[in-house]
Amino acid sequence: MSVIPAEMGLLLSGLLFVLGLIGVLARRNLIMILMSLEVMLNAAGLAFIVAGSRWGQADGQILFLLVLTLAAAEVGIGLGLALQIFHRFKTLDADSINQMQG
Amino acid sequence: MTLILFYVTSAVAVFATIMMITRLNAVHGLLYLILSLLAVGVIFFLLGAYFAAVLEVIIYAGAIMVLFVFVIMMLNQGHKTIAQERAWLEPGTWLGPSLLALILFTEMLVVIVQGGSAETGHVVSASQVGMALYGPYLIAVELASILLLTGLVGAYHLGKPILKMAKPRSEP
Repeated sequence: MSVIPAEMGLLLSGLLFVLGLIGVLARRNLIMILMSLEVMLNAAGLAFIVAGSRWGQADGQILFLLVLTLAAAEVGIGLGLALQIFHRFKTLDADSINQMQG
Repeated sequence: MTLILFYVTSAVAVFATIMMITRLNAVHGLLYLILSLLAVGVIFFLLGAYFAAVLEVIIYAGAIMVLFVFVIMMLNQGHKTIAQERAWLEPGTWLGPSLLALILFTEMLVVIVQGGSAETGHVVSASQVGMALYGPYLIAVELASILLLTGLVGAYHLGKPILKMAKPRSEP
C-alpha cells in the first residue's frame, strides 16, 4: 500500500499553520484576520487527520470534528464582533480600535 | 500515483493560502481561502479519511464560508456597490481561483478514471468514527454541543440590531 509519508503531511500542516500565523500577524483587516485563523485551525485539523491515518485510528477524525465545531463557534462569534466593531467605529482596522473604554 | 496527487494538491493548498494572505480585497482572499480548504479536503481523501473530507467540503468550504460571504456583503453596502461588482467581474479576479479549481477537478477526474478509488492511506471509515464518537468520546460530543449553543447565544447577542446601541446602556 503506497501511503503518503506522515512527515510530508505534518510538514504541509506546519506550513499552512505558519502561513495562517503570518496572516494573523501581518494583516490588519478583521475579516482577513478571521480568515487566517480559519487557515490555522484547518492546519491543526490536518495534523490530526495525518496522525489518525498514520495509526489507523478513528481518533484523528473525531478530533477533527471537534476542531470543526470550534471553528464554527469561533467564526460565528468573531463575525458578530466584526459587525459590531464596524457599526461602532466605521472601520475594520484592528489597530484603530485600541481605545475601547471598558 | 497517490504521491503525485498529494504533492500537486499540497502545492495548490500552499499557493492558495499564500495568495489568500496577500490579497487586499477580502472577497478575493475568500475565493483563495475556499480553494485552500477544498485542497485540504482532497488531501483528507488521499489520506483515507473520507468522512472528514466530506465534512471539510460541506461545513468548512460550504457553511462557514457562506457566513464570511454574508458578512462581507453586509459590510460593503453603499453606492459604490456597482463599481465593486464591475471590478469583481474582471477576469483577473476569478482566473487564479478557477485555475486552481481546475487542477483539483482534474485530480478528481484522474481518480474516477482510475476506477473510482485511488490508492489511499489507511482508510478509517465513517462507521468506525461513529462508533468511537458515541462510545468513548460521548462526553466530547456533549461538550461540543454546549460549545455550539454558546456560540449561537453569543452570535445572537452580538448580532442584535444596532438600534439599541444609540441609547446609553446602564452598566452595573
